[in-house]
Amino acid sequence: MQNETKARVDKITSPAGHPVTVLRFEGDIASTSKDAVLGTYQALSKDAAKLVLLDFSKVEYINSSGIALVIQMLIEASNSGQKVYAFGLSPHFTKVFTMVGITKYAGLFPREADAMAAL
Amino acid sequence: MSKVKSTSVEVRLPSRLGYEKVAMSTAAAVAKLMGFKEDRIEDLKTAVAEACINAIEHGNRLNEGLSVGVVLSAGDDSLEVKVIDDGKGLKTVPPRPDIDRKIHGEEDPRGMGMFLIQALVDEAEWVKGSNGKSSYVRLVIRLDEVSE
Repeated sequence: MQNETKARVDKITSPAGHPVTVLRFEGDIASTSKDAVLGTYQALSKDAAKLVLLDFSKVEYINSSGIALVIQMLIEASNSGQKVYAFGLSPHFTKVFTMVGITKYAGLFPREADAMAAL
Repeated sequence: MSKVKSTSVEVRLPSRLGYEKVAMSTAAAVAKLMGFKEDRIEDLKTAVAEACINAIEHGNRLNEGLSVGVVLSAGDDSLEVKVIDDGKGLKTVPPRPDIDRKIHGEEDPRGMGMFLIQALVDEAEWVKGSNGKSSYVRLVIRLDEVSE
């Protein structure tokens, strides 16, 4: 019933010349997404991936268990000195992420271009 | 004596994660028929999903022999949703989640479902069933709560 979560990693350079690791998610982000979300993040080199950008533009459904996975990622990123940003959330999930306080630890941008321009 | 129009829709879900989406879609369809705006329908979908997930995980403890009942009652100016499980109900409503405490490992990263429910609908109450069964959460979303 859940749409399987797929994750892909892209390494790109921001217009300011900073290397950015983009985690592109697809499908649902729920309790079954641990490997796709946390596993993909944990496989990154903490030294090389100092700027992590989460792409939610192809995610249709996120529930509180999925949000908890994002928070677990933010905890690990905070402990590793990484900065996390995100783009592509719908207006509704932008509101939900803001309500739970994620915006305090991860900058949200509407589109990838907006995020890249800021990094 | 005037009668209040009310239409009821009922769905029964298996206690299996993922099936909350059936309730979400049903609630969204009813809300759309009632004329709710798109942003309020999204609020309702998330609140209904979280209520069903709680019922599946905590109320029915993922026991697939038990089902979750979802009853949608459409009134003139509001939609009431009851999500019913076979659990004993809540002892207390958990405190509002604190992102700082979560990030610093002082609070479980999970545990945001009930906060989201309360924040996204106009009324939310948790009712313990008699004899420790048929507990439910009752959500109300009003048509006059329109977006700016």
